[in-house]
Amino acid sequence: MKSEYAVEFHDVVKIFPTPEGSQVNAVDHVSIQINHGEFFSLLGPSGCGKTTSLRLMAGFEWPTSGEVDINGEKMGRKPPYQRPVNTVFQNYALFQHMTVFDNVAFGLEMEKVPKDEISRRVNEALEMVKLPGMGRRKPKQLSGGQQQRIALARALVKRPEVLLLDEPLGALDLKLRKEMQLELKALQEQVGITFIYVTHDQEEALTMSNRIAVMSRGKTLQIGSSVEIYERPNCKFVADFIGETNFLSGTVKTIDKDRVVVALTSPEQEINGIGIGNLKIGQRVSVSIRPEKVHLLDDDGSEVVNQGIPENQLKGKVIVTAYIGSDTRIVLELGPGVRMKVWEQNAISTLDPEAYYSVGDAVRIFVPYDNTLVLPEDIV
Amino acid sequence: MISEQISEKPKSKYSITRLLRENSKAQGLFLISPTNIYLFILVVLPLILVTILSFLSRGTYGQVEFKFNLSNYTRLFDPLYAKILGYSLLVGFGTTVICILIGYPLAYFIARAPARQRSLLLFLILLPFWTNFIIRIYAWMIILRSGGLLDSLLQWLHFTQAPLNLLYSPTAVMIGMVYEFLPFMILPLYTSLEKIENSLLEAAADLGAPPWKAFLRVTLPLSVPGMVAGTILTFIPAMGMFVVPDILGGAKTILIGNVIRNQFLTARDWPFGAAASMVLMLMTMVLTLYYTRKAGFGEELLV
Repeated sequence: MKSEYAVEFHDVVKIFPTPEGSQVNAVDHVSIQINHGEFFSLLGPSGCGKTTSLRLMAGFEWPTSGEVDINGEKMGRKPPYQRPVNTVFQNYALFQHMTVFDNVAFGLEMEKVPKDEISRRVNEALEMVKLPGMGRRKPKQLSGGQQQRIALARALVKRPEVLLLDEPLGALDLKLRKEMQLELKALQEQVGITFIYVTHDQEEALTMSNRIAVMSRGKTLQIGSSVEIYERPNCKFVADFIGETNFLSGTVKTIDKDRVVVALTSPEQEINGIGIGNLKIGQRVSVSIRPEKVHLLDDDGSEVVNQGIPENQLKGKVIVTAYIGSDTRIVLELGPGVRMKVWEQNAISTLDPEAYYSVGDAVRIFVPYDNTLVLPEDIV
Repeated sequence: MISEQISEKPKSKYSITRLLRENSKAQGLFLISPTNIYLFILVVLPLILVTILSFLSRGTYGQVEFKFNLSNYTRLFDPLYAKILGYSLLVGFGTTVICILIGYPLAYFIARAPARQRSLLLFLILLPFWTNFIIRIYAWMIILRSGGLLDSLLQWLHFTQAPLNLLYSPTAVMIGMVYEFLPFMILPLYTSLEKIENSLLEAAADLGAPPWKAFLRVTLPLSVPGMVAGTILTFIPAMGMFVVPDILGGAKTILIGNVIRNQFLTARDWPFGAAASMVLMLMTMVLTLYYTRKAGFGEELLV
C-alpha cells in the first residue's frame, strides 16, 4: 500500500554547533510534503539548508526535533543503510579502487542479490545512463560527465523509492549541464521514481521540477510549481532569487480585494498591482516588476494618467542599452537614483538603428496591473 | 659584422653549452648528475666494495687477504647461520604484522580526529624521535627488567604476583622492535586514511553497507598503499636491526644484523660479514620486489 507522500517533513529542525561555540539552525521548522513520482527541487543560495534537508532524508543527519517520514514510515534515527532512498553526491563519491561495474554493483551486493541478477541489472543501469560497455573501466578513466552518469546508475540500480540528488550537475560545463538537465528529467519520467533535487541554480530548478521549494536561512519560503514561484512569488526574497526583477518601494494606499494601489516613494506617483499576502493600508511594500513584462513606448510628452485604468504608466530615460540578440536589455532611470531593467524583445528583424532605443531617449513604460506584484517586505 | 658571426660559429661547435642547448638527452643527464654522483659515491661504490670483499679471505690476524674464496657464502648455509637468517626473517615479519595491528587503529583514530587535534596527535607520534634511539631502548631496559617499572605496575594492579623476567627474552626484543618501527607504519597509514573522503563512506552507507562492511569494502582497500609503504619502511630495517636484540635480547637473541656487526667489529672477519650482508640484502630485495609486484610501492600516496 502506498503512503500518501513519498517524503514528508513534520516541523523539522536541525541545529549545528558553530566553531565559535554558538548554534545555527541549518533547518528551521520545515514542513514539506513531496508526492510520489514527483520531481521536487530544493532551491536556495548556499547555506540555506537545502543540502542539510537532503541529508536528513538520506539519514546522514538526524533531526534535532521534528520527524522525517519516507513512504509514510517514520525514519527517526534510522541509519542511511536502512533507508529506501539513494543519493547522487555532488562530487559523485565513486569508489576509485573499483571498476565501474563494481561501483554500480556495490549496492546490489549489499542487498545480497544473486550474481546473475546483479550483472543483468548493472548492465541495464549502464545502458540507461548511456554508458554500456564501460563496466571494466576505472572511474578515473572517465570524463566528469561520464562519472556523473555512473553515480546516477549506481543509485538508480537499487530502484529506490526516492532518489536524492545533491547538485549533481554542479561540476559540469554549461552545455553538458543543459543536456543532462533534459536527460535527467526524461529519465525521471521513464523510471517514475521520486527525484529530490538540490540546486542553487534557479534556471535548472525551473527547467526540471514539478514543484520547487525555495529556501533561505533554514526556512522554506514558498513551495509551488515553476510557474507559481516565478509569476506569483510570495515574498521579496523569492521574487528576487527567481529570475530578475525590479523593486520599487512605496506604501499601500488602498486595497480592493487583491488589487492594491501603492504610493511610490520615487517617482512620486501611484501604481496598481496585485497584492500578495495580508497587506494593510499604510504598510511599507516592495513593488516587483519583471523586466520582460513591460512595454516601452516613446514618450509623447503627455501626462501620466493612472487612476482607474488597469494599466500602469511610468516615465523614464534610457541610460544603458545592450543588444543581446533575442532581446535588447535597457536600463531606465525613472527618477533620481531609481532605475529599472527592461527587456525589449527584438520581434522584428531590422538593421535600422532608429528601430532600437538609444541612450538618452525619453520613454513611457506600460505595465499591466497584473504584471505588477505588491510584496510585503521580507518575512525572513 | 655578419661575416664575423658566421666565422665564429664553428668555434662553438663542440662547446658544452651548445651540446646542452641542442641535445635533450645530454640536458637530462646533466640535470640529474648531482643525484647520480651522490648515488654513486654513497650507494654504488660501497656496494661494489662489499661485493668484492665478500669473495676475499680472512688472514690469520683478521686482515683481509686478496685471495678468491667462496667459503664465506657456503658457511652461511651452516645450520647455525641458516637458523639465524630464518629467525631474523621471522622477527622482521612479526614486527611488521604487529606494527600493522597496533598502527592501523591508531592511524585511523588520528585520521578521523577533528582537524585541529590531528597535528597535535601526529606531533606526539613523532615526539620520541627527539631523543636518541639507543637511549630510548635503554629506557626500555628499565621498564622491562625484573622488578622494573612494568613488573611493579602489574604487581601493584594485582595482575601478576611474580616478576615476568621479560628483559633479555625474545618478547623484549619484539617489544623494542615494534616500539622502534611503529611510527614508520603509522605515518604512511595515516596519510592514506586521511585521504579517504567522508563522502565515500557516506556513499557506501547510502548504498546499504553497514559500517563494518563499508570498512572492509572501502576504507581497507583504499588504505593499502599506506600499508605497503609502511611495510617497506618497517620490514627492511627490521631485518637488519642489531641494537635492539643487543640491548634487550641479551645474548639469547641473535639476529643476522648482530652476526654482521660481530664479524666486522669483534670477530674481525670482514669477508664473512660482507657475505652475510650481501645475503641479507638479496633476501630483503627479493622479498620486497615480490611484495611490491603484488601490492605496488604505495606510490598512490604521492598523488
